[in-house]
Amino acid sequence: MRGAKSAKWVAIAGVVALTATACGGGDSDSGNSGKVDPKGIVSYANGEPQNALQPSNTMEAYGSVVIDSLFTGLVHYDKQGNITYENAESVTPDKANKVWTVKLKPGWKFHNGEAVTAKSYVDAWNWAADPANGQQNSGWYRDIVGYDKVHPEKGKAKSKAMEGLKVVDDNTFTITLNSGIPYYAYKLVYAPFYPMPSAALKDPKKYGEAPVGNGPYKFKSWEHKKSVQVTAWSGYKGDNKPKNGGINFKAYTTPQAAYNDLRSDNVDTMPLIPDSELANFKQDFGDRAIEQDFSAINTVNPAFYSKTFKDMDVKVIQGLSMAIDRDTIAKTTFAGTRESATGWVAKGVKGYKAGACGEFCKFDPKKAKQFVKDGGGVPGNAITIQYNADQPHKGWVTAVCNSITKSTGVKCTGDPKTDFQADTEVRDKKQVKAMYRSGWVLDYPFNGNFLADLYGTGVDGNKGGFSDKKFDALTKKADAAKTIDESAKLYQEAEKQLVNTFPGIPLWYNKTLSASSKNVKGVEFDQAGDPVLTDIEVFEK
Amino acid sequence: MGRYVARRLLQMIPVFIGTTLLIFIMVNVLPGDPVRALWGDKPPDPAQVAQIRHDRGLDLPLWQQYLHYMGGLLQGDFGKTIAGNRPVLDEITQAFPVSMRLASMAWTFELIVGITLGVLAGIKRGRFVDNTVTLFTLLVISVPIFVVGLLCQLFFGNELGWITPTVQDSENMSQLLVPAIVLGMVGLAYVARLTRTSIAENRQADYMRTAVAKGLPRQRIITRHLLRNSLIPVVTYLGTDVGTLMGGAVITEGIFNVTGVGNLLFQALARREGAVIVGVVTVLVIVYLIASLIVDLLYAVLDPRIRYA
Repeated sequence: MRGAKSAKWVAIAGVVALTATACGGGDSDSGNSGKVDPKGIVSYANGEPQNALQPSNTMEAYGSVVIDSLFTGLVHYDKQGNITYENAESVTPDKANKVWTVKLKPGWKFHNGEAVTAKSYVDAWNWAADPANGQQNSGWYRDIVGYDKVHPEKGKAKSKAMEGLKVVDDNTFTITLNSGIPYYAYKLVYAPFYPMPSAALKDPKKYGEAPVGNGPYKFKSWEHKKSVQVTAWSGYKGDNKPKNGGINFKAYTTPQAAYNDLRSDNVDTMPLIPDSELANFKQDFGDRAIEQDFSAINTVNPAFYSKTFKDMDVKVIQGLSMAIDRDTIAKTTFAGTRESATGWVAKGVKGYKAGACGEFCKFDPKKAKQFVKDGGGVPGNAITIQYNADQPHKGWVTAVCNSITKSTGVKCTGDPKTDFQADTEVRDKKQVKAMYRSGWVLDYPFNGNFLADLYGTGVDGNKGGFSDKKFDALTKKADAAKTIDESAKLYQEAEKQLVNTFPGIPLWYNKTLSASSKNVKGVEFDQAGDPVLTDIEVFEK
Repeated sequence: MGRYVARRLLQMIPVFIGTTLLIFIMVNVLPGDPVRALWGDKPPDPAQVAQIRHDRGLDLPLWQQYLHYMGGLLQGDFGKTIAGNRPVLDEITQAFPVSMRLASMAWTFELIVGITLGVLAGIKRGRFVDNTVTLFTLLVISVPIFVVGLLCQLFFGNELGWITPTVQDSENMSQLLVPAIVLGMVGLAYVARLTRTSIAENRQADYMRTAVAKGLPRQRIITRHLLRNSLIPVVTYLGTDVGTLMGGAVITEGIFNVTGVGNLLFQALARREGAVIVGVVTVLVIVYLIASLIVDLLYAVLDPRIRYA
């Protein structure tokens, strides 16, 4: 009797386990006709935007994706990282790359009928630069002459307009920079450089809740914490006219919830597969799974102010880099969804060239041990890698550490901080014990963004206290180049130089991992990880 | 009775001040700066940081911040969020109705199913029904709630397609049904067990024998005499559970994408939104206090021997 009872329980437990693992099966026909409905609405798994929907005040992902659907800026870029003209007909620098002349395509309008003119751009930027208007992205105007007067380090604006912005006529204006930047056009891609209608500047609060833009989609409604809805705008003049009827940005509180909805076709796509599903999302979605290059890089950076790395021979860091088995960790920890890095610049940006790191980014335990030994070893023979524990970093940090310890004998442990904020605080205060986890997603698709903005002496992105005069001189030279191409080439030289100083150990390039539901086709993401919403097509129901 | 209620209401004031002060201090001790965090891993702008700090009163010493906050609270002003500069009251009035719906559905489920199972098991003590209920409740209590939640989601949502895997509209009662059942599951088990024990015990009491000897109908004995006297521990549990269901539904809300109080509190903690945390906790404390007052008053209704002077 007793035996029979327990057998029954095993059977029940088995049934429960089966239901839990039976995720892959049971694909049923969704019953669509295969025809495309140009008025169909795409639903996109998003979250609640943090701030009011103003281009110059939106930097987090949930708000940005909505803003980018409502506005079209002067320029954008293609898959190779080359500039494409959108609202601008041309953006041309003078010889010194200091004065940039912007010519607009005539006849563009905002959703409310107001014409998009040079003034729509200049006024919006001046308004956003004023600290009194509390726009979070105002730092993006800092290259423009007169920004420091409108936006002083402390206190109120001393001037209402940046001298560097001049309206020439309705469709032309000039931007004068403090110093020449050959790749300045790339910065104009970013949201703070979008135009705004004049009414929005008079009543920013109202327009922050119901934005009016010049982009492919027109704002329809925003139900807080539920959804933002936009519809295709018939008056759009750009080339990327929507192939669908609109977008429903649904607010999800966890990516897991969005994933489960996506599996049941309750939402059409999502920006990122949650880590817990990495191993099986390709099985779940088959040919509807999406894997695309994403211009972002993961590194582990030494804190050069720390006791451990203060006077360290670069040979030791090179050795540590060679001690990491990137390929195996990518396979085991990330289910093969990351690619080993071969340099400091991510793929998909202008000036990307594979192999800058050379042999030092290839796994070679013997050489690694030798290099660490030749360089004089690590003080105390132990290092730590700091990371934030609120995101799934623990797995790969541990794997990297094990790899280092196994190859070189240097004791390596993770140093978790409770969450990203606590982690940032330690880094800002320069209290990192030895090394820290770092990552960089492109601001604009140009290799300089991954070099000068991260490893230049004293720049904001340089959290490890790295400083090398030779590198600084090379980036300066690249910034003084005549053309974008020339500048990108000079930056490649600067990147090559990094093997001699190793300000960060490149680990992996990221990928955008996503999937689409059975209701849509043509879902793609660009190298910044943003969905190309206008190209999504919805099947007739 | 009136004096008792008045005294209890007055007692709420120090409890209220104590909890708000405690939470206020704890939020401020947490590492990480919420204003800095608005910029993520990008460098913050010092002028903007100073402006936002000044605007939300975060540049004042802590005690002044607290006084300011309490002063505003008395006038119904819960302050503004750091990110987005929205009134905290808006966030609260948006989340609470959702949680109230979810919690009341879960609570009703607990109450009806729990007590029914408990009575059945208590009366048929040692029999098949009793054993089944005991086993079932043991299973429910020992399996973590997220397992039950995820299994329900995968099974009913993804496999069978009876429901959408997540709640599409947090104000729609029928969509909240499955999350409510999941949420009420553990409470249901406790209610059933408490009722069962209490009923089984009271069945041996003298007044029961008297009632049977008087020849009262069985139905009446169970509902009027047995159940009423057995309900005191159950009512105590159900009372405190109101607060738990409202604020403690983080996991269930997360699985089913319900935008309720638990979720609001979780997000606020992650972003160090002090005003939201204190605001939500304040309202939850009031809910707890009132629920426990009602429970205490119900004692007198259930058991005439209990009197409040």
